[in-house]
Amino acid sequence: MLYFASAVAVTYAFWLVLSGHFTPTLMIIGAVSSVAVVALASRMAVIDREGHPIYLLVRATWYWPWLIWQIIKSGLDVSRIILSPSLPISPTLINVKASQKTVVGVVTYANSITLTPGTVSVEVEDDEITVHAITRDGAMDLAGGDMDRKVTRFEGGAPA
Amino acid sequence: MMFAAALVAVLVSLGLAMVRAILGPTMFDRVLAANSTGTLAVLTLALIGFVAGRPEFLDIAILYTLLNLIGTIAVLRYFHPSEY
Amino acid sequence: MAVIVDILSWIFLVAGGAFCVIGMIGLIRMPDVFARLHGASVTDTLGAGFIITGLVLQAGLTQVSAKLIIIMGLILLTSPVATHALAQAALHAGIRPKLAHDETGGHIAGAEAGAGEDESSNS
Repeated sequence: MLYFASAVAVTYAFWLVLSGHFTPTLMIIGAVSSVAVVALASRMAVIDREGHPIYLLVRATWYWPWLIWQIIKSGLDVSRIILSPSLPISPTLINVKASQKTVVGVVTYANSITLTPGTVSVEVEDDEITVHAITRDGAMDLAGGDMDRKVTRFEGGAPA
Repeated sequence: MMFAAALVAVLVSLGLAMVRAILGPTMFDRVLAANSTGTLAVLTLALIGFVAGRPEFLDIAILYTLLNLIGTIAVLRYFHPSEY
Repeated sequence: MAVIVDILSWIFLVAGGAFCVIGMIGLIRMPDVFARLHGASVTDTLGAGFIITGLVLQAGLTQVSAKLIIIMGLILLTSPVATHALAQAALHAGIRPKLAHDETGGHIAGAEAGAGEDESSNS
């Protein structure tokens, strides 16, 4: 029920941002349609702790800036590789361990790996992710497990 | 002026993505090029909205961002129906 | 004050355009599909991110900025999903990445039969 209410709130906020008009008619139509959309979605059983992880928003305030900083750093590395005439790549396939407990945590980890340029998650199993990295150094960085620990803390597990 | 500069850069990248879409030896190279084209089209729409002073283009850009994902997944599903 | 914002958004827009071109050059230069994914990911994250930051600086604190931030969020949420789906589909279609180092020991997560050729038959 709590998730239903917060999903309606998020949908309604999205409506208000896109609309930009604050006349009573449009605001009522928006409220009715957000409730209708979330009611339809909850028939598909996607409005729950896993499908609507709004509780992560607090911890996202420190995780997302850190992730953006990682993206900028590795993006500059990949740009340097692309622009250097000799193209110094050493493609590496590596298995990394995902120590997250929840599905949301593993998905966050796999998407964070893919989002940072230079590493792409190719296959995901329960607790193992196969990663294609453009350089061996990038693969070794990932195998060091820094991002894994950050994501585990992000999903609320114990800081390992 | 600054929007025009960024727009030129984005259009050049669109041309390069087209080159890969035409060259691409496998189907996946072409899907990848189409996916990049989608992202660049979103940026083009946003920049055109600013050049023309018409922010309505941003709504189209939001829609195109969502359609881009669905398009990529749809093509992959079409060629490998047993997955996804 | 307006001059400083203008200079900043010039820097962001030019950097974003440059990263878009760099990513697409990577898409052209890289040797195989899996390596090309990294080039495209530069365009998706840094190119789009810098251009949209530059536009947000120009728009100021308005509805337009909110829409631009929504666009950036959607790109950041959808682009890894598309990239991962593409990489996984390419692997299942039997395309092997050209590797300099293989650290997996022949085991690929989710595949029972290791990195064998029979994988393309059961997919």
